[in-house]
Amino acid sequence: MSLRPSFARSLRAAWTVYLKEVRENLRDKRTVLNALITGPLLGPLLFGLIFSFTLQRQLADAEKPLPVPVIGAAYAPDLIHALEAQGMVLKPAPNNAAAAIRAHRAEVVLVIPRDYDKAWRAGQPAGVELYYDSARQDSRTPVTRLKKMLQGYAGISAAQRLLVRGISPLLLRPVVAEDRDLATPQSRSALMFSILPYFFVLTVFLGGMYLAIDTTAGERERQSLEPLLVNPVSRGTILSGKLAATVSFALISLTLSIIAFGVVGRFLPVEKLDVVLDLGPRFAAFVLLLMLPLTVLLGALQTLVAAFAKSYREAQTYLSILMLLPVIPSLLLAVVPLRAQLWMYAVPLLGQQLGIMDLVRGEALGARELAACLIGTSLAALLAWLLARWLYASERLAVSA
Amino acid sequence: MIEVQDLRKAFGKVQAVDGVSFMARDGEITGLLGPNGAGKTTTLRMLYTLMRPDSGSIRVDGIDAIHDALAARQHLGVLPDARGVYKRLSARENIGYFARLHGLSGAALRTRVDAMIALLEMQDIAERRSEGFSQGQRVKVALARALVHEPHNLILDEPGNGLDVMATRALREFLRRLRGEGRCVLFSSHIMQEIAALCDRIIVIARGRVIAMGSSDELRARTGANNLEDAFVSLIGSGEGLAA
Repeated sequence: MSLRPSFARSLRAAWTVYLKEVRENLRDKRTVLNALITGPLLGPLLFGLIFSFTLQRQLADAEKPLPVPVIGAAYAPDLIHALEAQGMVLKPAPNNAAAAIRAHRAEVVLVIPRDYDKAWRAGQPAGVELYYDSARQDSRTPVTRLKKMLQGYAGISAAQRLLVRGISPLLLRPVVAEDRDLATPQSRSALMFSILPYFFVLTVFLGGMYLAIDTTAGERERQSLEPLLVNPVSRGTILSGKLAATVSFALISLTLSIIAFGVVGRFLPVEKLDVVLDLGPRFAAFVLLLMLPLTVLLGALQTLVAAFAKSYREAQTYLSILMLLPVIPSLLLAVVPLRAQLWMYAVPLLGQQLGIMDLVRGEALGARELAACLIGTSLAALLAWLLARWLYASERLAVSA
Repeated sequence: MIEVQDLRKAFGKVQAVDGVSFMARDGEITGLLGPNGAGKTTTLRMLYTLMRPDSGSIRVDGIDAIHDALAARQHLGVLPDARGVYKRLSARENIGYFARLHGLSGAALRTRVDAMIALLEMQDIAERRSEGFSQGQRVKVALARALVHEPHNLILDEPGNGLDVMATRALREFLRRLRGEGRCVLFSSHIMQEIAALCDRIIVIARGRVIAMGSSDELRARTGANNLEDAFVSLIGSGEGLAA
């Protein structure tokens, strides 16, 4: 019976702590700037930039004429003509093919040897040489395109030779493999947008970081923790109020970020890549739901770590290391393509990564998967909160250095 | 009233407090005098329930402060060695925060905060953010928030630290006034002047133990010294770590 009024008192005290931390931090320009402006906008802007850049390069590479310096073009006028018909633009020959590649003057150089014509006439394989540097990103597409053009020319020439001799060219194609790509525009986009969940986790992390430090290590460094703990309020209650403030900032940060992603998503010319990106209200609501328990978990971990740092600076260092933690599931999924199983959804971070990817892929997030994700992360959050409360009661914590 | 029985506290192998017993009475100012490192701050931290003693007992107005710390804190006003105020809050907001944590709200809270601002004569800084306050102004805020719930007992750890002459005089005046209201005031200091000027009872502490206890007359009589300063030095064995 006596438990209820005391619980109400604790709740009121935690609310008092919460309001004070929120008010105090809203007056701090740096915190507001980082948690509520830079943090939420950084992800979407970065994402938009990377996306547009990739898009422009792919589109440009696929459609625009392919300039190729050719050495010895005069030895194979027919070949050059065929390549030009496929989109190649003949560029003046450099003196030295290898030197031109090394000096980055060309992405690929085609060399036609002097005896090309002789071999061609004799019906022998006529060699041409492609000079390029496969370690260079920008050479990949031109080389692939030029090889394809050459193969096309070779195929037609072979067929003509066989026909002249009265043989069906089809004899040379005993087996034909045809592509039946079942990727949908959504699933293709999933591959491209697999970095999205990481941005959300990062936003949550950055949004709560300043408060997690300010309310613990910062408060002790400013010598106000000891007077605070002398009030007739349990340490667990004080911690809970502080944690709630941290989580609130992180959630606001996340919400702003999701909205910003939605806005950026509208302006990205995704249809040109034949992918679909739906970051609308339904997506936003589910992401928020999936991230809610994770926000509490991360906030509790940040508070836990920051509370035991000796100074503000030390807390920043520890938290920067902790920030690498969310990268693990993203990396894991990139390196080891796992087949998603139910238990994985229950693992904090991994579950959110999988769940958000399901949403991006346009697949309905199963009820079982959703429940596993929410319950698994909530339990972890509860544990982290209890652990933080327990450690916060330690004597060492209160004493100002 | 604060009663302490055989208090002990060790940090690793260092016995910081080694069997301290004393009583701080209502309507008196009790001084805890000792050189730096004598165990004064640790003793006080145990009294205001920040730390748990290894053994011994503490009673604040009859409440067991070790087993019922929250209840004991309601009877305590504390000015710890760490006296940081929230810089992004005004003086009034700083005091109001602690008042709320003591369960005050609404009109009662406003009345109490106003009373503290008037009592400590800080009307001029009440609405200002604490950023840039002088030491004296910060101590005023710290005192106001420590007293906002009208505690019967007041514990101060080296209250004179960092204060200029005027602020020190005002502080002494203020402590005498609290004594006049029948409250129990207990403070620590390593400054003999401060102790001599204020205290009804003096507890001399060194190496974690109580060495002597009594009024200044009693201590002088016991040591045969002419003045209190010589008495302290003869009790502690040296003047090291003390300040005149």
